[in-house]
Amino acid sequence: MTELAARLVLDGATKSFGAVAALGDGSITLYPGEAHALLGENGAGKSTLVKILGGVHHADSGSLTIDGEPMEFGGPADAQAAGVSIIYQEPSLFPDLSVAENIFIGRQPVGRGRRIDRGTMERESRAIFTRLGVQLDVSRLARGLSVADQQIVEIAKALSFNARVLVMDEPTAALTTVEVLRLFEVIKTLRAQGAAVLFISHRLEEVFVCCQRVTIMRDGRFVRTAPVEELTIDDIIRSMVGRDLDALFPKTETPAGEVVLEVERLTSDGTFHDISFTVRAGEIVALAGLVGAGRSEVARAIFGIDRRTSGSVRLGGRELRNGDARAAMAAGMALVPEDRRQQGLVMDLGIDQNVALGSLSQLSHLGLIFRASERKLANGWATTLQLKFGQLRNAVSTLSGGNQQKVVLAKWLARGPKLLIIDEPTRGIDVGTKAEVHRILDGLVADGMAVLMISSELPEVLGMADRVLVLREGRLTAELSRAEADEHSIMRAATGQNLVVSA
Amino acid sequence: MSSDVILRKSGGNTGTPPVDDGRQPLWRSLARWEAGLVLVLIGVLIFGATESATFTDPSTVFYLGINTGYIAIMALPMTLIVMTGEIDLSVASMLGLSGATVGYLWHHGWGIWPAFLVALAVGFVGGALNGLLVARFGLPSIAVTIGTLTLFRGLAEVLLGSLTIPTIGDRLFPNWFADVGANSIPGTQLSWSMLFFIVLAVVFGVVLHVTPLGRSMIAIGLQPEAAQFAGIRVNRIKFWLFVLSGVMSAFAGILLTIQNQSVSYTAGTGLELNVVAIVLFGGVSIFGGRGTILGVVLSVAIVGSLQMALTQMNVSADKQNIVTGVLLLISVIVPNAGAALRRIQERTQRRTKPSTKPSTKLQSQRSIPKEGQPS
Repeated sequence: MTELAARLVLDGATKSFGAVAALGDGSITLYPGEAHALLGENGAGKSTLVKILGGVHHADSGSLTIDGEPMEFGGPADAQAAGVSIIYQEPSLFPDLSVAENIFIGRQPVGRGRRIDRGTMERESRAIFTRLGVQLDVSRLARGLSVADQQIVEIAKALSFNARVLVMDEPTAALTTVEVLRLFEVIKTLRAQGAAVLFISHRLEEVFVCCQRVTIMRDGRFVRTAPVEELTIDDIIRSMVGRDLDALFPKTETPAGEVVLEVERLTSDGTFHDISFTVRAGEIVALAGLVGAGRSEVARAIFGIDRRTSGSVRLGGRELRNGDARAAMAAGMALVPEDRRQQGLVMDLGIDQNVALGSLSQLSHLGLIFRASERKLANGWATTLQLKFGQLRNAVSTLSGGNQQKVVLAKWLARGPKLLIIDEPTRGIDVGTKAEVHRILDGLVADGMAVLMISSELPEVLGMADRVLVLREGRLTAELSRAEADEHSIMRAATGQNLVVSA
Repeated sequence: MSSDVILRKSGGNTGTPPVDDGRQPLWRSLARWEAGLVLVLIGVLIFGATESATFTDPSTVFYLGINTGYIAIMALPMTLIVMTGEIDLSVASMLGLSGATVGYLWHHGWGIWPAFLVALAVGFVGGALNGLLVARFGLPSIAVTIGTLTLFRGLAEVLLGSLTIPTIGDRLFPNWFADVGANSIPGTQLSWSMLFFIVLAVVFGVVLHVTPLGRSMIAIGLQPEAAQFAGIRVNRIKFWLFVLSGVMSAFAGILLTIQNQSVSYTAGTGLELNVVAIVLFGGVSIFGGRGTILGVVLSVAIVGSLQMALTQMNVSADKQNIVTGVLLLISVIVPNAGAALRRIQERTQRRTKPSTKPSTKLQSQRSIPKEGQPS
């Protein structure tokens, strides 16, 4: 690889937002034909670096060269013109346009009379998919495509720009195992065609399967770049966190106490049927299953965001009113939802106001609520949860994903709930914060809280849960004890068939 | 609510505990939309004082109250509704319907107080209809209230037809109407409607800015789904806001009836746009979640004084509408122009200076009237 000329070199890039230095030394070198992993905790500066590459942010200092040519991007269009394409975690396609139209959006080939030349467009789209080795109908609407297919369309779009550098920001976060493997095949094809792929993921196992070299960042700075063969997962984690992680999944043995949550024959027509289970104080019960099995919907119905068709939910022996989240909260239930940005937080409100949002009536004196009391509450929890932030009044949108999750946790823990339902507790969170969240959960159950955890990550389920409930197509297919639960038993119940699970 | 439950579990605290006194620098809290409004108000007052011979006369305050008070009262619930990301365009029609109800009942021999009560009840029912359609059935408020705008006005016409009440053969409205409607509160230059507005503005300001309910409204306006997940009863709050808007519009209709000492079904036609203009010019974001009652109060003062000055200068009502329109445009353009200017500046900086100077511009680009949150 050394005789090859570098495709892209970013050297010593810095970027500050006001007083906050998001990037102190962003440096990375990409060679043609390599898949390169960019790793770091949340807040390590990965996103900022990516946005500089994509022309979204302009670096305060540092240099960027592509194929030896110095570059200065004035905006995303410049980056695209220079052959750098970014594929974000959540694809943004137009659902009512066809796949081909999405690929050529804004620069459709035109034929006679300035009319869009659909034939050329679809032919070129098909050619790109052939290059990628993917079967996808180019004339179908984007609506209804799986997230994985949408990503493929985004990749095709990037290739139609003749992208020389593809940056994929957590492309695998929402994909199933099979889809991840297909994406890896596509990446391999891209590499063979001489593109440089920058791959960001929090799943370290994937990095070893898919990438040749790794660059690690910490606290906005470049730490090291090395070939994957020379690294172990432990090395990587140590470099990312700057210290040894005691364990990713701390687990204190706690005797289960009395029953806190009783769900009986819970049904929501068309979504899930006849779900019955209990959660005891001092235990973590995991709700596992494939994406779309109805796990989040069960959680929403228990909490009362959605109405249930039939069945009952009891908390501490008390029956909860159907579709009344406020009553559930009053009874001691808390829900940390799946989608932090839409459901968990009001992104434009301050950290303090978000933490206080769940406890407004408790915080008010004579019906009035003052910022000082909100701040006091938030400050206590910020310290407890080791939140990294500038100032408490800063909007939560300025925080990294892991710290945002801590704010959501703080909001609910401030209420002192008996039952915490937590949906994908560590999705999109870096390894260091992940371990912290796990330690927090472990601490909570040790103190007698009951936790219902929904997770798509098997290691998390196996590492944290006392019992595992498996949901398939809206039905409970297995209840496994900690001893019984392993990758095979869970996947068998989740898919209804024997599968060999591999990375 | 104690945070020490899990303190011992979360391991050694590696960093120093975050210090945050949470105070904004003074310039920052002043450099807001409201500060701009104060400057505009001063400008309008100077303009009025120099251009109109009678503007500095104390009675100007009274007439301002007469002209603007009942509109300003409707702007208060409108502020809350816009804060939650909705709008109520039926307010002026409800004002008309309320007056028509009073007139109809008076015409049919009712006492004035029972007639007022029924008018308020009509406001309640009309507001509840809006609220039901918006909050319960999830229909867009702009469409719903355009519908009820026509409906309420139509009902008013059904009640009164072409009559102006009191009409021939009717009793006149009670004498105290003249005292209350055409005279200021003894010893002051305040009209009764202005007094009501001031008192209500304080109440609304407190509710919006320092109560859990107000905070809930802000959260709803910024992110309805997150508000719902935080246990805020989004639909219930919206429903009652529309009811409140209906009742207060009916109340404004009663005030206008007292002031005019007569009613016709056309009273207040088209005023809903003035109300919306006042609210938006006051810095309330049409997208919800941002704005202050203080801004709306300043906006009322500006619009009211400007109107007084122009009236005293014999500028016709039609031409005054142009001023209202321009104000509304300004309230949309200025905040966005600031952001656009910063963008342009940023771009030219980029072109001319090859990346040596740290730039802090990027973070504050936004197309919404204000950056600060009401606190």
